Amino acid sequence: MSKLRKEDILNDPDFKQLSSQKDTISMVLTILELVLYFGFIYLVAEHKTFLAQKMSEGGAITIGIPIAVGTIVLSWIFTGIYIWWANTKYDELVKKVIEKVGG
Amino acid sequence: MHQTIIGQANPVAIAFFVAFVIATLVITWWAAKRTRTTKDFYAAGRSITGFQNGLALAGDYMSAASFLGIAGLVSTKGYDGLIYSVGWLVGWPIIMFLISEPLRNLGKYTFADVVAFRLRQRPIRAAAAAGSLVVVLTYLIAQMVGAGTLIKLMFGLPFELAIVVTGALMISYVLFGGMIATTWVQIIKAALLLGGATLLVILTLSKFGWSYGELFSQAQNLYTAKFLEPGGLVTSPVDAFSLGLALMFGTAGLPHILMRFYTVPDAKAARKSVFVATGFIGYFYILTVTIGFGAAVLVGQKVIMGIDKGGNMAGPLLAEVLGGNLFLGFLSAVAFATILAVVSGLTLAGASALSHDLYVGVIRRGVANEKEEVKVAKIATVGLGICAILLGILFKGQNVAFLVGLTFAIAASANFPALLMSIMWKRFTTMGAVTSIYSGLAVAVILLILSPTVWVDIVHKADVAKVSAAVKEIDTQLQQSQQKIDELQKQIVTGAKLKKNEIAKNKATEAAIAASTQEKDQLAAKKKDAASQMPQAIFPLKNPGIYSMAAAFLIGILVSLLSPEKDAQEKFDAEKVREYVGLGAE
Repeated sequence: MSKLRKEDILNDPDFKQLSSQKDTISMVLTILELVLYFGFIYLVAEHKTFLAQKMSEGGAITIGIPIAVGTIVLSWIFTGIYIWWANTKYDELVKKVIEKVGG
Repeated sequence: MHQTIIGQANPVAIAFFVAFVIATLVITWWAAKRTRTTKDFYAAGRSITGFQNGLALAGDYMSAASFLGIAGLVSTKGYDGLIYSVGWLVGWPIIMFLISEPLRNLGKYTFADVVAFRLRQRPIRAAAAAGSLVVVLTYLIAQMVGAGTLIKLMFGLPFELAIVVTGALMISYVLFGGMIATTWVQIIKAALLLGGATLLVILTLSKFGWSYGELFSQAQNLYTAKFLEPGGLVTSPVDAFSLGLALMFGTAGLPHILMRFYTVPDAKAARKSVFVATGFIGYFYILTVTIGFGAAVLVGQKVIMGIDKGGNMAGPLLAEVLGGNLFLGFLSAVAFATILAVVSGLTLAGASALSHDLYVGVIRRGVANEKEEVKVAKIATVGLGICAILLGILFKGQNVAFLVGLTFAIAASANFPALLMSIMWKRFTTMGAVTSIYSGLAVAVILLILSPTVWVDIVHKADVAKVSAAVKEIDTQLQQSQQKIDELQKQIVTGAKLKKNEIAKNKATEAAIAASTQEKDQLAAKKKDAASQMPQAIFPLKNPGIYSMAAAFLIGILVSLLSPEKDAQEKFDAEKVREYVGLGAE
């Protein structure tokens, strides 16, 4: 198999696939994170009474507390999704491209 | 009421702290033998694993401000404190999705390496070094002043001595042990901090029958339902949005955080370290929420604010209530270790900007041997350390909280936009990058000076006090005149058939009321007049992030479009291959 020249990597279909997939995943997750955080800030600024609702009758915990904690947990889960995708799909494609270049 | 020993010399705390110092100095001695090249000094020989780096990132990022400050904020302000803890975390996913892997693949030691990858070295390195150094210095001052105040409270040491001890230890770690020692100080600190906070939460929950419901209902009983609802912290949505932007993208522009990605062998380890760091930091902020509410119930706001108005001692006080002097001593030592780990990371980042970017990149035009560069980095370390000590002492007693906001606003405006555009945008140019960095820096600093945080609260502090006193005085007069009117009104005799003398008396009273009302109206007008003398901020927002970031991006884009750089566009292809596949990465 003839080796791929470094200059031609950009036109290689595998490289094109990996770069466009990575751009898409990064963008989608970034937008999700922005929506998550600024959605939370929006609730805090504009819908205080919504966050002040009690979780259960007679209980003290307001709905705002699990929402704040959930924002933190969900942010971490997003990074987990990215890691999972990168470790399973992305690294495979990178390996394929590097093999083509031969090093 | 709870009796505390906080504020006095605490032998247990000092014993724990001495143990920490001995352990870290042994590590520094071990690291010193392994620190010879620039790669060792700046990047620990790229030998740190993804998991280790994740812990070290957490140790680098979680400052005493977040450990003591957020728990304190939650204990005194309730739900509003939570809003902050969320803001401190959300920058990490952004680092993961946009920054960590390209940074690791394209750069060598500093984030300026990435911005300068296909642009002209000297102007970029000068600008990026300026951005880094301003961030490092403002953050260092905030940390040093905080350190002096906290150590004085927890160990009973004088402010100046506390700062000198902090500075001397920080210089020793970085000077002799470089990134290897700094990394291990940060890892140990993160482990201690996470362990200590976890224990504190377990002990807290044991007092409430392991039930969050119980903890929150007791908090509600003590401080009303308002305590568990969003309150006055976020009043202006634009201001909240602006602060949120600065926190989120500032995290992704902190030089001491970005630098850590060069300590791992490859991009895969870099991404793993963000995942680990985000997990630990998120877990820690969730713990601080429990600690804050626990302290509010078990210690009480009165005691917490009696020791320190800002509530910074909420965590240590809770430890004292739950675990006695032993636990308090341990946690105080952990807080000291926390400060040390952060200032060491900052000093190393500042030293690398001075030596790698400014000295080698700008003054020597990229030509310098290893030995020379390490030597300059070490001189820079000592210089920065002494600067930090002097500035810390100079700012004693000043309100430095605004410096943390400024740090994040500058990092988000000067560093982040240039870094992001250099990675993502083919037509980005040298002129575009340089103007983006300087304008982000200038707009952030100028707007913050003109904002309520500095212009009103610091620059015109005396005027504010004067006007408030005047308004208060008129207010007292107003109340008196209202009382007088009320009393007069009571004197009016009512009834179906009034006697003649009663009618006459009522008339006189009504006249007196009219006179008093007129006097009251005059006072109200006078109050309005006095209040209008209150100094107003020239820039209305407390955080400039929204404008300074917009300026940095817009100017970067406009100037790039007006100054096309053929060379930079041609090199973008090579950059792209290295960015995605890691071919040719250091």
